[in-house]
Amino acid sequence: MAQVPFVDYLVLGDDPHLTAHECTACGARYFDRRLACASCEGREFRTAAVATSGEVRAFTIVSLAAPGIPVPFVAAVIDCDGTSVRANIVNVPPDADHVALGMKVRLTTFPVGTDSAGTEAVVFGFEPA
Amino acid sequence: MSSGDVWILGIHMTKFGKHPDQTTVELAAEAALGALADANVHMKDMGILAAGNLMGGGGMGQQLQKAIGQTGIPVYNVANACATGATALRTAVMAIKAGECDYGLAVGVEKLAGAGLLAGGSRKAESDTWTPAGPYGAVAPIDGRIGTETMPGVFAQIGMEYGHKYGGTSFDLFAKISEKNHAHSTLNPKAAYQKRFTLDEIKNDVMIAYPNTRPMCSANCDGAAAAVVVSDAKLRTLDPDQRRRAIKISASVLTSDPWEEACQILPNVNTLTRNAAKQAYEQAGVGPEDLDLVELHDCFATAELVHYDNLMLCPEGGAVDFFNSGATWRDGSIPVNVSGGLESKGHPIAATGIANIWEVCTHLRGEGGDRQIEGATVGLAHVIGLGSACGVHILEKAGV
Ligand SMILES: [Zn+2]
Repeated sequence: MAQVPFVDYLVLGDDPHLTAHECTACGARYFDRRLACASCEGREFRTAAVATSGEVRAFTIVSLAAPGIPVPFVAAVIDCDGTSVRANIVNVPPDADHVALGMKVRLTTFPVGTDSAGTEAVVFGFEPA
Repeated sequence: MSSGDVWILGIHMTKFGKHPDQTTVELAAEAALGALADANVHMKDMGILAAGNLMGGGGMGQQLQKAIGQTGIPVYNVANACATGATALRTAVMAIKAGECDYGLAVGVEKLAGAGLLAGGSRKAESDTWTPAGPYGAVAPIDGRIGTETMPGVFAQIGMEYGHKYGGTSFDLFAKISEKNHAHSTLNPKAAYQKRFTLDEIKNDVMIAYPNTRPMCSANCDGAAAAVVVSDAKLRTLDPDQRRRAIKISASVLTSDPWEEACQILPNVNTLTRNAAKQAYEQAGVGPEDLDLVELHDCFATAELVHYDNLMLCPEGGAVDFFNSGATWRDGSIPVNVSGGLESKGHPIAATGIANIWEVCTHLRGEGGDRQIEGATVGLAHVIGLGSACGVHILEKAGV
């Protein structure tokens, strides 16, 4: 089945990982398309692979969300070896007994739906390591 | 000899709550006319009008003029998320400081009752085949699939991040902050909600985004607030009664968020608040220990905690102990949100950044009634607009 990453900074395949646009001048990392660096105004970026494991620096359990989003879910900020990543925490019961600050997690990928052409969209999350 | 200071001559806030029979412009007019009457001046005296409103469709300043006085003065319609009111006030202050006029009027107004969840991005899928679009090359809306963009969820993480950094936070702790503000609200007849909650009631209410339950979130409501500001030179020519009730704006500061690692992943509301506070204390020549009361931006209970630290009301990392000491209750050493805060007074977005100044001025004038903080002479008002903008004003009872 054909697959498409949910966002362009997710690389699928045998070794799924995230990539960032890294400023060649100051090292600041971004996940969105960039014209310039918000830290140093640099204009050149290289592609950098982001560590696939990290620890939970902040989380919330969202019970009220936009229509179509299954709730509750755990939203978090993951510190991946110095690069902060926004993601959901998955493969764990979404409650405060099973998710904790400082918890070690690792990247995982899973399908979120198939379009009319039969292509599967694959998103990433983090699961307990 | 004029000091170059700018003063609040008159200020007013409407009751916050549901105002189904008033239009947004009528609410703004009620606040503006109230502030003009409080100052004992008229629209024809004003040299500038700064107006803030986010949900009303634009041009609020001119619509307000058409309701209460079209004098041809410059109008600045400003928008800075939840810091919009403070931005309007600061705009009027800057015009006076620049010497362009002696009087300015700043107004903030919003109708939000029943608005529900102010969610994040909700881009609709535009096609039945996955098509990458936007700055992240996303095939569908990111909110909810890759973290959350909802306000309760964002601010929940901001509180949790503080706990990760310094320890000591818990569901109980955040609920207790909300318990305090709801308790304070019972003395404020202008608050949208004046109900005291027990800790259990707060914890067992509807969960919105852990650890924030519904009473720990700011209340959507209608409301407006307005202030008349005046130059020091003009104030000295006014009647003793006007001079006696004038409140000195000892500091007026607006900051935005400087770049830091992670700031585009989870908004950093800390550094720009700390930067604004530092500048404000320096401008005013006062320190946190001099403050008799603080109105800070408790858009969520989790936010109030981090701003104790950001405003330097406690040592760095010490916000949990500071709260647990009772310092921020109305009988504590630095009462915080004696109005009830956004969680119970309500949060009509663009009005908030002037309404908090009204609260502080009311105490400094000794007109707080049942909730008066006795002998208050110095107060601080803080707002954060996510994105981010931070406004900090320090106000002093001075008199000329
Ligand atoms: Zn750079």
